[in-house]
Amino acid sequence: MSGLTAGAVLGPVTYDVTRADLVAYAHASGDHNPIHQDEEIALAVGLPGVIAHGMYTLALVGRAIGEWTGDAEVVELGAKFVAPVVVPAEGAAQITVEGTVGETSQDGLVALTLLITVGGTKVLGAPKATIRA
Amino acid sequence: MPIDATLVGRAFPPTAPREVTAEAVAAFSAAVGGGSGAVPPTFPIVVTFAALQDFLAAVGVELSRIVHGDQRFRYARPVEIGDELTATLTVTSVRSIGGNDIISTSSEIVDASGAVVCTATATIVHRGGAS
Repeated sequence: MSGLTAGAVLGPVTYDVTRADLVAYAHASGDHNPIHQDEEIALAVGLPGVIAHGMYTLALVGRAIGEWTGDAEVVELGAKFVAPVVVPAEGAAQITVEGTVGETSQDGLVALTLLITVGGTKVLGAPKATIRA
Repeated sequence: MPIDATLVGRAFPPTAPREVTAEAVAAFSAAVGGGSGAVPPTFPIVVTFAALQDFLAAVGVELSRIVHGDQRFRYARPVEIGDELTATLTVTSVRSIGGNDIISTSSEIVDASGAVVCTATATIVHRGGAS
């Protein structure tokens, strides 16, 4: 994959997430947990409001990597969900993804250093993404 | 209701095979705003989530009391349209912290030939409290 020079800066890109996106994602993924759709239930189980699926945020990381690398093969992707992404009833939450390209290993793999934030707060911890160069 | 720690090491039955259709991939991509036509790397969550739901049903836990702690995928090869994927979930640890159960799982995702496509590890948090 050309254009992936070690140290190259990726992004930042910011994506909007609306409640309608969460409904579409629930249908597409099969994850109909009501905490991602129903304010009353989210509050009842002690959450600050309707939150995005953690996997929605991780999917946006996958989207960003695809956009940056021309859909390079991803060999590893993961993160901890360290802060809820609260999605308002009106408008959108904004998730920002940025990163840096690491060195290419002997077996042709490139680790990306990533930072995923909402309003300056990290929402994914220990994000790990490795692609084939 | 705390989660039974004797579940550790138990493998749950494989999920029903799920075909990766162009329509399913398009719907998944559209939901997260992508549109390149490539299969999104997190697409295998569709089968791991099915495995998780089977697990939650088996242990009698309500989905609304679950939040996702972490998720990692290691891919042996990219998922392709036409693949038929099956996930087998194993519970790798159960811990109880502050009234919450922290459940770690590993799901092996195989194709129709039985070859491993992806290994997905996840930690889910069962929020205890007044239920």
